[in-house]
Amino acid sequence: MSHLLFIAASYGVSLLGLGLLTGWILLSYRREQRMLRELEARGLRRRARAAAPARTATEGDTVVRVK
Amino acid sequence: MPLLDLANPVRFLSFSARLLPYLAAATLLVLAAGFWLAFQAPPDYQQGETVKIMYIHVPFAWLGMFGYTMMALSSIGILVWRHPLADVAHKAAAPIGATFTALCLITGSLWGRPMWGTYWVWDARLTSMLVLLLLYLGLMALRAAIEDPNRAGRAAAVLTLVGFINVPIVKFSVDWWNTLHQPASVFRMGGSTIDSSLLWPLLTCAAGFTLMFVTLHMVGMRTEILHRRVQALEARAAAEALA
Repeated sequence: MSHLLFIAASYGVSLLGLGLLTGWILLSYRREQRMLRELEARGLRRRARAAAPARTATEGDTVVRVK
Repeated sequence: MPLLDLANPVRFLSFSARLLPYLAAATLLVLAAGFWLAFQAPPDYQQGETVKIMYIHVPFAWLGMFGYTMMALSSIGILVWRHPLADVAHKAAAPIGATFTALCLITGSLWGRPMWGTYWVWDARLTSMLVLLLLYLGLMALRAAIEDPNRAGRAAAVLTLVGFINVPIVKFSVDWWNTLHQPASVFRMGGSTIDSSLLWPLLTCAAGFTLMFVTLHMVGMRTEILHRRVQALEARAAAEALA
């Protein structure tokens, strides 16, 4: 195979570059997930989530009205 | 309506969580098929086995331009509708687009040395591709330099739209100027000039890398949404501590 070194270098650099990019994106995602969990464990909730009821009745649910 | 419904961070998180495993699996399958086809393909009559670099170099070039085009469309969403998801999409695309553009330049240099006898030449296609990489890096630096995320998003959107002029220059540089880089051979009037034995592996690899781009972009967008939630909660915690 001619120019094998150039072909191997191209694929090697690409594998390294895309591997680092993927690793960085996944690690950043895990870090943000962990930080959000820690904040929620301290009792902090987003306003929308804190204001919402535990579960909203959906179609098909039996709703009992208490007078 | 379904598309409009999706343009909301909560719905996007739920939708992308369901879609991501399939996207990741499709990326791996299509890339594996693409590389298998690429290494089965015959050598080119002029380039020999060095044509194998084209199976990664060409998709990287397409995706470098694809990423920037996506950011330009997001910029319209930021400036016209001030949509938070457009800002998230814009920010998440920059490092991915920059990586693909940088890899396009590196693999192109590694192809150029044995084929042209040089790693680099200040030819219109190569130079405009380098400008594209500098635009990506400049946009990331601009966002990092402005503390207010809304102002940073708007400034980045304006710069993205100004810089978008470079995308057609990259594409048509080989037609407008006399360049060392070969003219368009896949997407051109009159059809592709590449033999199908080389074209199909190239298109399969391009499809695989496009799926990879979309998958990484989706994870990047999810990360940015979570990051903004973390920042909002930290700001609230700090305000409550002061009160």
